[in-house]
Amino acid sequence: MKKITTLLSAVALSSTVALSPVQADDMRIAIVVKALGIGFFEAAAKGAEEAATELGGVEIIYTGPTDTTAEGQIEVINSLIAQKVDAIAISANDQDALVPALKKAMSRGITVISWDSGVAPEGRQMHLNPSSNSLIGNMIVKMAADQLPEGGDVAVLSASATATNQNIWIEEMNKVVGNYTGINVVATVYGDDLSDKSYREAQGLMASHPDLKAIIAPSTVAIVAASQAVSDAGRAGEVLVTGLGLPSEMAGHVESGASKSFAIWNPIDLGYAATMISYNLAKGEATADAGGEIGMGRLGSVTLSDTLDGAMSDPFVYDASNINDFKDIF
Amino acid sequence: MKSLTLSRDALLALALIALVGLVYLRFPAFASPNSLLGVFNDTSILIILALGQMAVILTRCIDLSMASNLALVGMCTAMLNSALPSIPIPILVFLAMFLGALLGSINGILVWKLDIPPIVVTLGTLTIFRGLIFLLSEGQWVNAHEMSPAFKALPRLSIFGIPALSWFAILCIAGMYVLLTRTHYGRAFYAVGGNPNAAVYTGIDVGRTRFNAFVLSGALSGIAGYLWVSRYAVAYVDIAAGFELDVVAACVIGGISIAGGMGSIGGAVLGALFLGVIKNALPVVNISPFWQQAISGAAIIVAVIFNARSERRLGRIILKKAEQI
Repeated sequence: MKKITTLLSAVALSSTVALSPVQADDMRIAIVVKALGIGFFEAAAKGAEEAATELGGVEIIYTGPTDTTAEGQIEVINSLIAQKVDAIAISANDQDALVPALKKAMSRGITVISWDSGVAPEGRQMHLNPSSNSLIGNMIVKMAADQLPEGGDVAVLSASATATNQNIWIEEMNKVVGNYTGINVVATVYGDDLSDKSYREAQGLMASHPDLKAIIAPSTVAIVAASQAVSDAGRAGEVLVTGLGLPSEMAGHVESGASKSFAIWNPIDLGYAATMISYNLAKGEATADAGGEIGMGRLGSVTLSDTLDGAMSDPFVYDASNINDFKDIF
Repeated sequence: MKSLTLSRDALLALALIALVGLVYLRFPAFASPNSLLGVFNDTSILIILALGQMAVILTRCIDLSMASNLALVGMCTAMLNSALPSIPIPILVFLAMFLGALLGSINGILVWKLDIPPIVVTLGTLTIFRGLIFLLSEGQWVNAHEMSPAFKALPRLSIFGIPALSWFAILCIAGMYVLLTRTHYGRAFYAVGGNPNAAVYTGIDVGRTRFNAFVLSGALSGIAGYLWVSRYAVAYVDIAAGFELDVVAACVIGGISIAGGMGSIGGAVLGALFLGVIKNALPVVNISPFWQQAISGAAIIVAVIFNARSERRLGRIILKKAEQI
């Protein structure tokens, strides 16, 4: 009996010893994703771990439901509240449904931010967008200009003529195109996000503009179709395809030389930035106010708008040098 | 009757030439032999599908599931190729055809045995097949780098200066010509569509013939599925979404009577080419995208008006009424 008591107290002692540094020092930041097992989010978790190592004394809890439902995320949030984490950074499955659960978390003193896919303003302290319309608009033409030091004719192959996102990006692009000397936007055509129509439109662009140097496709369907059309026409390398695409979808076309570079957000950076922001807010080193700035480690800082959201950075550029690291991720 | 169909095909051919001429005025390079071969190549898949649709329409049915069938078979072949790149491509093409025929036979069975209206059956399978693609692929894409080089090379393989994709269409045209004009199997399509009651008296099983037509259109959709996925080097849930309407439009423009029993291979091919020329010409003549849709639509309506008028001249409708009494 005595032996057992000693043993028990020893266990109790050792557990206090083991636990106390966690509670005293470690900040626990929960990265809540839409669903577990998605390459994009696994990559974001990698970025979060990177931030945690850099900061020191931070424990990352990477979690999420098994399917992309709001109910699943609410359950996860409730259990995180019970665990008394310091911060929750969430990519939401539903803009509004999560608000009550997240409000409850905030009322318990937990820092709540959303990233990638946002929550309504009342349910979070700030939202981190991967990029902004003006940064995307600038990046798509910059990638073309970087490959064309002497300038030349470029054309835009978009989704449908009524696609809101694409139209805003093209508008933003046209605002800054004057900054790139020698770059002429000769046409804007629409592939309606259909492979066959996008392919034909790309062929049409090459036929009607023999001097065309680049096709800018700010749509994942169009960039793949345009790359294939350029390869099939035997003009890979002469007519560059760039725009917004996913590494897994573009890997073959970067290899064939039809596309030298394209952009999309980098999930690793996104996870890293979300962690850094959560840390700074939870530590009280920054506050989420309109116009305020919050540090994001190696990525600089984010400036918040009136609706308390901010853009992380330029879209990340993928090319032959890094595509193999990302093509299996997303 | 025969001379009238001939003249209709000839008229459509003239309209096609006039259309090319019109584009030539704005963009001369369009009418070069190479560019026209390119248009034919681009239209090959539509031609193959229009031939299958024609067989179905001849029997007074309609197959709205062709594009979904194409997409499902395309996804299956792409996934099979990326998982087992060692399967020879000819076998894969054969599998695609077989799988397509299998899917087509589902339509056929429902129309034949359960006597459900074909438009309802194929509207149902249209969404079922799309749903199956999602279940199968979990929404993931099969991308260019996951397909074997041979898989992507076949449609581009040049034989006598013409890509294999075009040869597939030419072979299908030739095969369908023999089938519809020289075989009992094919002639039955006309008989069933022209007058189902009379067809029964001549010993033709109407339901079975319709089943055959659906299997045929399914097999052609299957081949087209492989061709589509390898040509665009990508497979995802939404490929060829809405393409079934282009296929029906090609048949209608080609003078295949929606009332069944009337239509020629030449009509189906010319109808598909007519749409193909419009689709390929619009990007180079620099017209606003909103007008493009209106122009495609107007071409279809003009063709239907023309067909409706020529059918009326035959007095078909009056005869139909007489039959029913």
